[in-house]
Amino acid sequence: MNSLFTPALMLLQGSMLDNMSEGIQRPDISKFLIIAALLFAVGVAGVLTRRNIIVIFMSIELILNAANLNFIAFSRYLQETGHANAVAGQVFTVFIIVVAAAEAAIGLGLVIALYRNRETIFVDKIDLLKW
Amino acid sequence: MHRYIWLVPLLPLLGAAVNGLLGRRFRFPERVVGAIGVGSVALAFLISLAAVISYGSQVWPRPYVTSEDGAFSYTWIPGGAVELTQGEAERAQAGGAAAAHGQGAVLDVEWSYQLDALSSIFMLIITGVGLCIFVFATGYMHGDRGFYRFFAYLGLFMFSMLVLVMGSNFMMMFVGWEGVGLCSYLLIGYYFDRKEAGDASRKAFITNRIGDFGFALAVFAVIATFGTTQYTAVFEQARSFPVETVMGPVTWGIMSWIALGLFVGACGKSAQIPLYVWLPDAMAGPTPVSALIHAATMVTAGLYMVTRCNVIFQHSQAMMTVVAVVGALTALFAATIGITQNDIKKVLAYSTVSQLGFMFLACGVGAFVIGIFHVMTHAFFKALMFLGAGSVIHAMHHEQDMRRMGGLKKYMPKTYWTFFAGWLAICGIIPFSGFWSKDEILWNAASTEYVSGGWLLWGIATVAATCTAFYMTRLMALTFWGKERFLEVRAGGQADEAHAQAYADGEATPHTAVTPSVGDRPHHGPEESVGAAHALESAAVGEPEGVDAHGHDIHDRHDPGDPAGHGHHPHGSVLPHESPRSMWMPLAALAVLATVGGFVGISPAFAGGAHVGGRLNIVNWLDPIIWNPATGQFGKHSPAQTSALAAHDKQTAGHEAVKQEGSHAAPLPTRTDDEHGTAGAGHAPAGGEHAAAALPYGGETRFNLAHSVQHVLGDSHTAAEWFFIVVSLLVAGFGIWLGFLFYVWRPHLPGVWAQRLGPLYRASFNKYRVDELYGAVFTRRTMDAARAVYAADSKVIDGAVNGAAWLTRQLSRFTGATDRLVVDGAVNGVAGFVKLLMSPLLRAAQTGLTANYALVMILGLVAGVGIFFGPEIWAILRSAIGDMFAFAL
Repeated sequence: MNSLFTPALMLLQGSMLDNMSEGIQRPDISKFLIIAALLFAVGVAGVLTRRNIIVIFMSIELILNAANLNFIAFSRYLQETGHANAVAGQVFTVFIIVVAAAEAAIGLGLVIALYRNRETIFVDKIDLLKW
Repeated sequence: MHRYIWLVPLLPLLGAAVNGLLGRRFRFPERVVGAIGVGSVALAFLISLAAVISYGSQVWPRPYVTSEDGAFSYTWIPGGAVELTQGEAERAQAGGAAAAHGQGAVLDVEWSYQLDALSSIFMLIITGVGLCIFVFATGYMHGDRGFYRFFAYLGLFMFSMLVLVMGSNFMMMFVGWEGVGLCSYLLIGYYFDRKEAGDASRKAFITNRIGDFGFALAVFAVIATFGTTQYTAVFEQARSFPVETVMGPVTWGIMSWIALGLFVGACGKSAQIPLYVWLPDAMAGPTPVSALIHAATMVTAGLYMVTRCNVIFQHSQAMMTVVAVVGALTALFAATIGITQNDIKKVLAYSTVSQLGFMFLACGVGAFVIGIFHVMTHAFFKALMFLGAGSVIHAMHHEQDMRRMGGLKKYMPKTYWTFFAGWLAICGIIPFSGFWSKDEILWNAASTEYVSGGWLLWGIATVAATCTAFYMTRLMALTFWGKERFLEVRAGGQADEAHAQAYADGEATPHTAVTPSVGDRPHHGPEESVGAAHALESAAVGEPEGVDAHGHDIHDRHDPGDPAGHGHHPHGSVLPHESPRSMWMPLAALAVLATVGGFVGISPAFAGGAHVGGRLNIVNWLDPIIWNPATGQFGKHSPAQTSALAAHDKQTAGHEAVKQEGSHAAPLPTRTDDEHGTAGAGHAPAGGEHAAAALPYGGETRFNLAHSVQHVLGDSHTAAEWFFIVVSLLVAGFGIWLGFLFYVWRPHLPGVWAQRLGPLYRASFNKYRVDELYGAVFTRRTMDAARAVYAADSKVIDGAVNGAAWLTRQLSRFTGATDRLVVDGAVNGVAGFVKLLMSPLLRAAQTGLTANYALVMILGLVAGVGIFFGPEIWAILRSAIGDMFAFAL
């Protein structure tokens, strides 16, 4: 947990230090992060509010892409600061895209199967887990 | 070679195991089963022969026990210390080793084999005669479905019988004893799908249980008295125990009790009055079984046991008398029944009972050696006659009724001539084997010093011998001579006695028997059947299913594809024929033995007044195992024992004095040493070197037939013996003459005399109704008792049990109610309360809507992030806000 968030914290603190004009020039990725955060929020909102499963899938894609954006941004940042393992973020992104594609394929299959069985793809109609 | 005798019982056991366990699974063909069975017994016979020769030349007269040189030994029952509770006074009186043994006896029953004079003879008889019978059975049982089973049982029997005679202690004898009883049961009931075979096997088994009970008690008494079961140790102690004479201070003591128990066992196994009833019924088994078990070997186990324990029997004059009287009565009783039976095997069965009676008579009058001699000769000629009868039955299409035979001499000459030898042997015609042993029995009965009234025993035995000659001649005449009646009377194998009786009473035609044949049921090819046309007859009479057809059914099962199936083709037109070689070869071998086998015990009168031949003479051979009451030692003549006697004199001096106190040391007037030097144990040695010779039990001799005859004939012992030989031959000749008169020369006489002696004839024909008597007195009462016990059991015991069960059920009903109402109520109440309280809350959480769950997840995420990073995020936000404000400002 800590290790996952350390770069982010460092970054945040770094950007703060940047802003405090310490002298060392570092790329400013805060805009990327803000956009990613907004994307994530939009995705979450979509998941929580929409009834159509396909739209929920699309919202999940937004969430994933928010994460991708973060990965790319941090990767770039680390590259600039001369970090050796900086390419890992881009590799992750590719992975996530692949997994998302697979997930979409399977998910759509499930949706079709579901529709055949229950003639609906609205999640509030599929409340089999209730009690 | 005698070190390897442990192989002798093992080989038949292995053969039986292979045949019995693998024979069915792998469907051994008859050739393989027969080869395994015959091969194992042949090997056992060869080993026995080599062992006995080796033993006789190296160890005899000492007994050889395999544990003494470690050839074969195994502590079978490590019993530990035993307390001797019986025979304390006798032990004290005996003194010496016996008294010392009283303390600290240890009962360790070992499994080891003993080879001595007695067991060697039995080994040779069992394996030798057994070999002949195994070979015969391969022919006789040909085509039987249970071929492998038959040979497995036979092999198991050989094993048990060999353990019985070769064991070195009473426990092993008991194992063998029960083993042969089991095998007898299995083999009598071999045709288990027939009721009378099953009934006969159960009868044999149950009757033997009565005897075995006595035997077991005797073994317990032996343990309680001597603290060991090993023969050598028991007899060494018993040797010096005081003798219990009828006139003496102790008439009936511990030795008599032991002897009584043993004799009850012997009565059961050897078919003596009153336990003989099983043996005639045992003829329901296959004929080779009758020959091996119920004539040659198993039924002589009682003789073996009595002779083995002769020291115990000789210690009790009362029991010697009992043995002699039972033997003599059985001999006469069974012989008179044998006269009127029509089933060829029944005649032989009663003849066996009668001959066993002769043997017991010999033992009872002190001539144990002669008893064993008769066992041997009887094994030869009776096995021969049974196998001959089997050959006849085989040829006659399992017809056993002699009235439907006749004239078979022409058709089966080999069987006829071998049977002829057996006939002369059992009648006691010189020089056939039976003559030598039977004559010796009669002579010993007449001259006995062991029991009083020997002349009466002799008279009974002589009458029995006459009957023997008569009924055997009758059997020969009806079977082999005369008209070929099977051409007139229809054959069909219903020679059962119920049928025969009904037929004789004129109430039935030949095919209205109510039960199937008692006889056995071997396989016959269609071309082997005999008798008049039968299919027409059976169709006309409409005989009940399974009465006549039992043999045919079996046959059909054998050859399902045979178009000329037995059940459908008419009997007749095909004549009986000689049996195959596998059947007449054993007959020939036994015929030779039956002819010359008696020369090993040739009468002293023929051989210059002594038992010639050294240890090759059976009388001398067996001498070392026979206790001599006059000296208190075993045997009389071996130098080793004579020297041992000298060394032992001091030890037993007191005992000798006690014994002779009442005897007055009367010199023995019968056979003196010169004339009869090596007589059996029945004759105490007299003459120069044995000054202490005395009557076995002291006291005055009453009337003694032999002595009187000797006196009349001028005090010549040899003359007296010749007199009895002539008498014995005369009565045999008279019996044969009578037989010829009745059944050859004047065939109408039997009917006439049956009329004239009506009651006697019917009594004999109905076997004196002993079976019915036992049925009424014992069997019926036992059944009544069983029924009463059953009633008590079902009413009282079951009632109590059921009552208890009812009570338990009521109680459980109460506790069940309590449990349901109180305990479950409490638990359910609490649960219901909790449910009532919590369910709306928890239920509401489970909306089933995906969005709700996702929301909770997001909230959880936010909460988690807030908890962990809340302050940092807050700080950043604050500074950012501050910056923004700074910008703005």
